[in-house]
Order: sequence, then C-alpha cells, then structure tokens
Amino acid sequence: MRSGRESGKPADDDRSSRITLTVNGVDHDLTLDNRTTLLDALRERLTLIGSKKGCDHGQCGSCTVRLDGRRVKSCLILAVTLDGRTVVTVEGLAGPADLSPLQAAFVAHDAFQCGYCTPGQLCSARGMLDEVARDWPSAVTEDLTAPVELTDAEVRERMSGNLCRCAAYPHIVAAIRDVAAAR
Amino acid sequence: MSAPPVGAVGREHPRLEGRDKVTGTARYAVEYPVDDVTYGWAVPAAATRGRISRIDTAQTLAVPGVLDVLHHGNAPRLAPGVDDTLFLLQEPTVHYRGEFVAVVVAETLEAAREGARLVRIDYDTEAHSTVLSPHHPSLYRPDTVNPGYPTDTAEGDFDAAFAAAEVQLDTTYRTPAYHNNPMEPHATTARWRDGRLLVHDSTQGSTPVQATLAQLFGLPPETVRVIAEHVGGGFGSKGAPKAPVVLAALAARQVDRPVRLALTRQQLFGPIGYRTPTIQRVRLGADADGRIAAVCHDAISQTSKVQEFAEQTAVYTRSMYAGRHRRTTHRLVRLDVPTPFWMRAPGECPGAYALESALDELATACGVDPVELRVRNDATVDPDSGQPFSSRNLVACLREGARRFDWADRDPTPGARRLGRWLIGTGVAGASYPARSRAATATAAAAPDGTFEVRVNATDIGTGARTALWQLAADALAVPADRVAIRVGDSDLPPAPVAGGSMGTASWGWAVIRACEQLRQRLRDTAVPAEGLTVEVSTADEVRAQRPLARYAYGAHFVQVRVDADTGEVRVDRMLGVFAVGRVVNPTTARSQLIGGMTMGLSMALHEEGLLDERYGDWVNHDLATYHISGCADVERIEAYWLPEEDPDLNPARVKGIGEIGIVGSAAAVANAVHHATGVRIRDLPIRLDKLLDRLPAG
Amino acid sequence: MRAFRYHRPADVTEAVALLDAEPEAAYLGGGTNLVDLMKLGVQRPDLLVDVTGLPLDTVEALPHGGLRIGATVRNSDLAADPMVRRDHPLLSRALLAGASGQLRNMATTAGNLLQRTRCVYFQDTGKACNKREPGTGCAARHGQNRDLAILGWSELCVATHPSDLAVALVALDAVVEVHDPGGAREIPLVDLHRTPGEHPERETSLPHGALITGVRIPPLPFARHCTYLKVRDRASFAFAVGSVAAALDLAEDTVRDVRLAYGAVAHRPWRAYRAEEALRGRPFTAELAAQAADAELAAARPLPHNGFKVPLIRNLTVRALTALAGAAPR
Repeated sequence: MRSGRESGKPADDDRSSRITLTVNGVDHDLTLDNRTTLLDALRERLTLIGSKKGCDHGQCGSCTVRLDGRRVKSCLILAVTLDGRTVVTVEGLAGPADLSPLQAAFVAHDAFQCGYCTPGQLCSARGMLDEVARDWPSAVTEDLTAPVELTDAEVRERMSGNLCRCAAYPHIVAAIRDVAAAR
Repeated sequence: MSAPPVGAVGREHPRLEGRDKVTGTARYAVEYPVDDVTYGWAVPAAATRGRISRIDTAQTLAVPGVLDVLHHGNAPRLAPGVDDTLFLLQEPTVHYRGEFVAVVVAETLEAAREGARLVRIDYDTEAHSTVLSPHHPSLYRPDTVNPGYPTDTAEGDFDAAFAAAEVQLDTTYRTPAYHNNPMEPHATTARWRDGRLLVHDSTQGSTPVQATLAQLFGLPPETVRVIAEHVGGGFGSKGAPKAPVVLAALAARQVDRPVRLALTRQQLFGPIGYRTPTIQRVRLGADADGRIAAVCHDAISQTSKVQEFAEQTAVYTRSMYAGRHRRTTHRLVRLDVPTPFWMRAPGECPGAYALESALDELATACGVDPVELRVRNDATVDPDSGQPFSSRNLVACLREGARRFDWADRDPTPGARRLGRWLIGTGVAGASYPARSRAATATAAAAPDGTFEVRVNATDIGTGARTALWQLAADALAVPADRVAIRVGDSDLPPAPVAGGSMGTASWGWAVIRACEQLRQRLRDTAVPAEGLTVEVSTADEVRAQRPLARYAYGAHFVQVRVDADTGEVRVDRMLGVFAVGRVVNPTTARSQLIGGMTMGLSMALHEEGLLDERYGDWVNHDLATYHISGCADVERIEAYWLPEEDPDLNPARVKGIGEIGIVGSAAAVANAVHHATGVRIRDLPIRLDKLLDRLPAG
Repeated sequence: MRAFRYHRPADVTEAVALLDAEPEAAYLGGGTNLVDLMKLGVQRPDLLVDVTGLPLDTVEALPHGGLRIGATVRNSDLAADPMVRRDHPLLSRALLAGASGQLRNMATTAGNLLQRTRCVYFQDTGKACNKREPGTGCAARHGQNRDLAILGWSELCVATHPSDLAVALVALDAVVEVHDPGGAREIPLVDLHRTPGEHPERETSLPHGALITGVRIPPLPFARHCTYLKVRDRASFAFAVGSVAAALDLAEDTVRDVRLAYGAVAHRPWRAYRAEEALRGRPFTAELAAQAADAELAAARPLPHNGFKVPLIRNLTVRALTALAGAAPR
C-alpha cells in the first residue's frame, strides 16, 4: 500500500530530508525536518497517536515501536535515519479481524489503568517475546548458553524498560506469560 | 417483559475503554486532529527569586517556524485573584526556579523547542530560601490544613500523660519531596472560535477547569468547554487546573490558532505540584503492654510564596488509634519553591509512614507483636471527633492479613534470618483513609429502543470509574448493562467533582444512582416517549444531609523484604494488603487500583526522592532516569484482598473509595520489614543502600 | 535542538573527512545518548554523520580466542552473540546489566564507549558544568554528588563514566581501533578515557573526527571465568551506583592471574591494577580479596555524599572474587 504524498515543508534547505518510511504496511513519502524524531513523525505527521510521549528521553518506554522487527524507543531515533525502513506501531498489532493475543490478554488481565504506557508495553512485549524465541539471554538468565526459560523473573527484567506509574506490572507479566504459554 | 437482569455490581468486568487503549485509538489531550495546529513550548525561569529585567525574543523569532513568544510584557491579560499559581505571564516576578515565564508558539515541535532555548531573559535576583528545616526562622501556623481540617488538635493532657507513661517513644521521621510523575505529562490542546474556548486537557476534573478558565479569561462558563476523555494518570497532580491549560489558552488567543502544549517530563518536577517534604516528630506514651495513653504528632512541611498549600500530615494520627491524651500540630514554611499540591493520599500517606513506623518501634520497645499492638489500640469511637464509626474493620484486616501471610510463625528478633547473601524480614502497617462524598449532578436518559444513556462529568484517569459507574447505573436501572451507555469526561455533561480524594465513585455514583432510580420510577408510570425521557438530579441536598459519622476505609499491609548483606540493596519479595473499603463495584479494576497504590508505596519507601540543590532551588534529578520510580523488576509478588463489608451509612453506591488506601501505610510496612531484616531503623526515606551499608549485621 | 545537516557517508574515509572538515559535526550511532543530549541542548552539532550504515557491524573470532567487535554492532546483538556468550561472557553480563531491551537494540558498541556522563549537572544547561562549558565551575563538587566519582576526580569535575560494557572491556585489555585523518591506529581502551584533570571537557584521548571502527579483545585463557556485579538503586533499568568486573585464574588456590575493573567510581572505567597486583601469586582468601580492594581504594577520595562507594566496591570485590574462587575449575 502507498498513501498519498505528505505535504510537508519543501526540502529546499539542507536541514530537512525526504525519506520513505513503511509504517504498519503503508509506505509514506515524507519530507521531514532532520530534527524530527520517529515518535514525532508518527504522532504529528502520520497522526498515529498510539505511540506515546512519556519522557522524550528513552527513560520510560511509552514510545516503544518495532523497527525492522526489533523493539526500539522511537523518541531517540531521528526519522531522517530511517529511509527505507519498516516500522510497526501499536496500531499495527491487531489483526484485520480482532485484537492480537497480546492485546486481548492485556484487556483480560487489566494490564493497564490509565493506558498511556500501554502501547509501548505491548510493542515491547511483542519484541521481547521474539527475543526470547531467539534465546537471547537477559540479566537474570542463569546460564548464558542454555535455552531461555521464560519465568516471571525473566519477564519482569525484560519489561523493565517500560515504566508504568499505575503499576500494572504484575498484570502485565501475567498477560505476557499467558501469551507465551499459548505460543 | 425481559428477564430479570443480573446484577452488574460486584462482578469482574474489563474496563470499557480497554480495547481503545490496547489498539492505540484512545485519544489523550494533545492527540485530537486539529486543523492549522501550532505547538506551544513553555519556558521556565532560570532564576530562583527575583524579577525579569529584560526579555529578548529576537533570536527566537528568527527561528524558521516560530510564530510568537508570549511573556508578561505581551500576553493577554488574566483576571487576578482566581488562582495565583495560574496567574501566568502577567507579571515580571519570579517566585521559584522553573516557573513558566514565557511560551514559544511555532509551526512545529522542533521549532518550538529550539525557540524556547533561545529566549534570552535577564533577571534581577534576590536571595532565596529553598530548604525545609525544623528550625527555619519563618515557620508558621497555617489557619487550616488541606482540605480544610483544623491545624492543631488536642485532647486531654498529652504532656502529663507522656511524662507518666511506662514506655516513651520520641522519634522524628523525614520524607523527601515526591513527584507525581503520571506517565502522560500535563498537556492541553486549546482553540478559540467566535469567542468560545474549547480545550482538551489532561485533568482529573474538567468541571473545575471550565470554571477556572471562565474566571481567568472573563468568559461566561457556558462558552468554555473542557474535554478529558482519556487521561494518562494524575495521582493528584491533575486535580486542579494547572499551568498548561492556561498557557495553551493564552497562546491560542495570541496567535489566533489552535495550540497544543505538552510539558516536558523535566517540567513536571515542580510547576504542577509535588508532595512536600515532611519532618515529623512522633511521641508515643504507652504502658508496658503497648496500650497507648499519649500520642503527639508534630508535622512540618513547606509551601511556596505563590499560594499556601498545607499538607495535612498529622491528620492520620487523629483518628487511627486509641489513646486518651493526644495532640497534633502542623507548621509550614513559605519557601522560594513551587507550590506543593496533592499527591496520592496527601497527608495520610506521609503521616501514616511516620505513625505506623512509630508503632513498630513501640511494639519492639514493649516486646509486643506489632499486629497485636495495633489490635490493642483499636478505637471504638473516633478519638478525634468522638463520633461513632460508620464501620471500622481495621482489626479484621490485620487478622485476615496475618492469616494469609502466616504471620503467626514470625520470629520477632531483628536481623536474625539469613538466606545466602540475603537478610530476610517482614513488616506490618495499618492504613486508613477517609470515605467522603461530594455533591454531583447526573442525568439518565431512556430511549424508546430500550437503551439508556447516563451522563456525569466524572473523569476516568485510569481508575476504572467509567466502568464502575456503568455497572452502578445498570443495577440502578435494573436492566442488563449492555443496554446502558455511560458518558464521562466532558464539561458539557452534568457538573461533577474531580477524580480525587477517593471520592469519585462515591460522589459520581451517588448522582448516577439517584438519576437512574428516578428515571426508573418515571418509567413505571409511562412508556418512553418518542423523543426519549431524561431526568436530571443533583445530590447537593442529600450529601449535605449526611448524618455525622466517622467514615473511613481501612487496610493492613504485610511485606517481606530481603536485604543484600554486602551491598545494602533492598528487594521486596512480597506485598500483601487486606482492605475494608465498603462494597467493591468492579473487582477487576479495584485490584488494579489497590496494587497500584501499594506499589507506589514501595516506590516511596525505596526509590523516590527529589534531590534539591539549595544553590539553585530546584530538584536536580528531574527526569525518569535519575528520579527513580519502581519498575517491573521491583514488583515481585503483590496481592490485594478485601473483606466483604456492608456499610449502610456511606452513600447509595455503598463504596468507600480505593484510589488512595493502597499507598497509605505501605511505605511503613516496607520500612518495618527492613528493620526486621537488618535491625536498622531508617527514619528518613527512601531506604537506599548507602543508609544501610555500614550498619548491617555481620555474616 | 539546533537544526542540523545529515549525511550518510559511503565509507569510513568519507566519514572521517567529513568530520575533519567540520568542527561542529558529530558522528551518530544508535543515538540513545546523542539525541538525548541534543534535546537537552547539551550537544548542538551542525552536521550529523550517520555511521550506522558503514560495514562495521560484525563480531569475529580472532586466532587463539581473541575477538573483534565492529563499532556499530548493536549492544543486544553483541550480548546475544553465541560466541560472546560462550567465550567472553563478561561482555554479555555487562551489557545485559545496562539500559533496557529497547535501548540495547539501538545502542552501538562504539557509542556505548563514548557515551557521556549522566551527572545531572552536566545534563542541565541551567547549571554550572566545566565539562559542558569550560570555566563555569563544577556544581556537582559541592552539590548532589552521591552518584559521582571517588577516584581520579579533580576539583573541576567529579563526573563518572556510565558504561557497563566499558568496565568489562577495560578488564579484558581491549584495544580500540581508530580511524582519523592520519589513517588507522590502535589504542588500548584503558587509555581511551581520561581523568578530568584540568580539562574535563576532553573525555577521551581521541581528537575531533577520529572514528572508532572496532574493538579487539586479546586472547585471555580464563576469560570464561568471570563475573560482572552491578549495584543500582532499583532492580533494573538504572545506571550503576557501583560495579565490578572480574576474571580469575587460580592454580592450586593461588592466584595465577586476575582481571579487575570498577564502574561508576571515576571519570573513566577504572582498571584496578593495584588490586590485581596485590592478588597475583598469592594464595586466595577472602581476606586477600579485601586487602586487594583496600589497596586499590586507598587512593579513593570520596565526595561529601558518596563515601559509601568505598565499602560498596570493597564488598563487591570480595564477593566477585570469592565467588569465582569457589567456582574455580580445579
């Protein structure tokens, strides 16, 4: 899919750039101020407001999206660096018919209250489960060379880059464990 | 006739907006599509006290995309005397470092940020005072403490009873500044059209925001509309109109375009309020069995020179435990700092940390089990007012918690349990929080198709209020809940108080239930007309006529910690809370509220501390990398339970409120567990490893 | 944030030439620190040269157990690399103890080494900092300095280096491969970071425009016998209050060889040479480990709020070494 060309500022100066960015399966041609972060490009240019700005400095995780399949903090990535890259945001998690298993598990476990960190938690959890599937170790993994066993402690450590002031942490862990067990 | 409806109240139900939140479609304050939008960026003062002598905006205005810079010299005028914390960009005076003194408006966020950096401001500075101390020369006695309690109280003769007591405890506890840090920074979208003001605001109550904006801008209230459909947490800091909504409205008027203005995370550390640091002296006089005869709680906290805010720190001690001779006092110092404000259980939270720690110390001193000590000091009538309690289940909470926690097996010896490198300990604390209600209005409307719409300007800041009110409405209408729609979060709805003080569901629910009951009554006699049928109620008279009783929620916290014997690192193995909170409308969201409060108590006990630099007068650790809040790995096992409690003397919803009771006492339970683990009593939070490291028992 | 130009160089030579020609240019790696500091106004480059597209993203085994890590290898890839996990677990342990999963997916090897201090005064342009603005003073020296240095600081700067990876690498005698306009050269990592002295604004020995292209670790027979202990103020996702990287080689209970480095105690990752010297050739006991730590920490000059770091590092040293000695292959 390809959206209509964004009407941005013309790239007539050397401090903005044209990039093509694929977001949730849609290609976007964007002319962006070089200073624009991926988070601001998503929110202010593409009106994908699901990705949240909680701290703007990589300290809270609310802006987590998946970039070429990996979870990253979109507030610290300059969009200009992403020409030709692929981003999936919370808006891209659900299937055409219904919620993804993670989304459904978050609802079922009440894994959020105010909901502001939730898109970041979901994208982070999605990426984290892929990392586990690749047997990436974490700080609490006893044996660096053994397959990863996804315990509560593993989930907690791996999700610690996503703060939740409402403190839905145990419900987030439970929701993720549910989905992991079903995989 | 349809089948009799199944009651909705008391049943687990996922929150109504859950789907919107997990799909990223729930819109927060600066996420609404707005044509021709601009971006505002607040500029903080770089002086601690003084006056702006000159503002140079030339460099800012030269930034491509910058539209304007508002400051005291050019901003639209506001009405004085409404709220001094909101009298922004009106005067050259600087009251504290970080006070907003200008706003840059630009076409893009990038231009606004850079423009804000380039505003040049010169100040004539004056000497400042920013540190709270117990001997500060300007300590004074405020007229009342938040939200209107007497400043000091006294019953009996504390001094004589304390002097005569077999066991005397005299300790001082300190808590630092805490910053609310909701995940969504305070933010507003404002637009003016034909003299009317529309704002989307991140607030705990849009009714007061509407009223305040109308006053500040000299508008009829009906020309101001404030929407707060989804709010990314508040924890008190969004409980009143705050700077962003005023700055955005000023800026939007100035540039005659819509403005989105979000504070940065760094800007949340001060201007939007914080929990004051406290210094609390607690004295307990008891007999050898731990029965308290004399209790005194003297609390010192700070306020600003902008507006008085007096944290009701010692109020908790007035009604919590028995003791014939009692005294509580509050003293304040006006400093050159931002104005403190509500943070989850203002007063009760820091006050309970002190009193529940002191009770633990008394238990140790008397050799009495700390659960038993609390049971022995249970009160039969409110020691403060002399009124009976509407219900008081503190002892039941303690007993049930002790049972679940296997407390009976506990060896009271401090510093006596070691598992490898870890020292293990357990602690307990009591908790209480007032169960209040405020007047509200609501409407209930029936449609000819058998559906209903209930409207009340409640705000769901993540509490689950929307869902709970929907459940209450369905039962009051006696219809299946899927035929009921609930609308909240818009000042065009019937006015209602803020989400705060654990009063939301009680107050809004009262109006909702009465509206639904009246509608149901009307529908007994008539069919729904084609245009529908709406009833509107106000609960003002009914709330005012409540009979005078002491109404409180209660709780008991049980905590196990482990402390690293080599490093002093503290980890919380387990937190268990048992609560008596009246009826629980939705167990799903209630559990989340309770564990959320308990975790914030853990965070308070171990992690949070605003570090003030006296020379600058602000907190140097003003971001989430350096002001630590508990993360996922800090919360290992946490459980919240509640007792079945039917209290007929509360409100029609028969609820006591659950937003704050979880944090009250939880930090004390952690601190008491750390003492049990190590033998070290830390009386100034947070309990960080450096305070323990050289005091731990040798392995 | 100042508006800047952006360029993706075709190769290392072009990258180095671009920076050489532009005093206000900076290399951009993962951006996790640079973009953060640009938002704060602490760094204000006029040109960003994005080096993440350069072919520097591989981890290679070197003969006899050595390792070469490309400069742009992401922290998460390095930590998860099977060879690293098996043969150089200290690197995985140090990396996994730092930041968060998302940040490790972004941050690069060279960027990790070159990250700036997290001293709160450095990060706030409203406060005095000689590192950020030479000559303005060090507000931290008599301010909130609990997190800052106990070793090697000067009156002009008491900042610490925040990296965990650098502590592990410096323990392992890593060498940094550098390209600058003069060509390629190598410097021991232990010489890359400076103590602040009279010039806290100079954090490394690299001149402007020098580009780290890789890091080499020489063979170390006991590299697998290592540990990284990190203490922080919450269970995860926090910078170190203190950390210790250690590798131990025991022969018949005697210390044949040892590597020891400390983090969060100085302006650079602190290789504990004195402690190593005190350990080598002696029968290992916990007391010896404590004496070794004391030998290293004798030079410590705690600040008003961080005296606890001395016993903390001492205790961590003892724990790390006794654990390694207890688990030593015999």
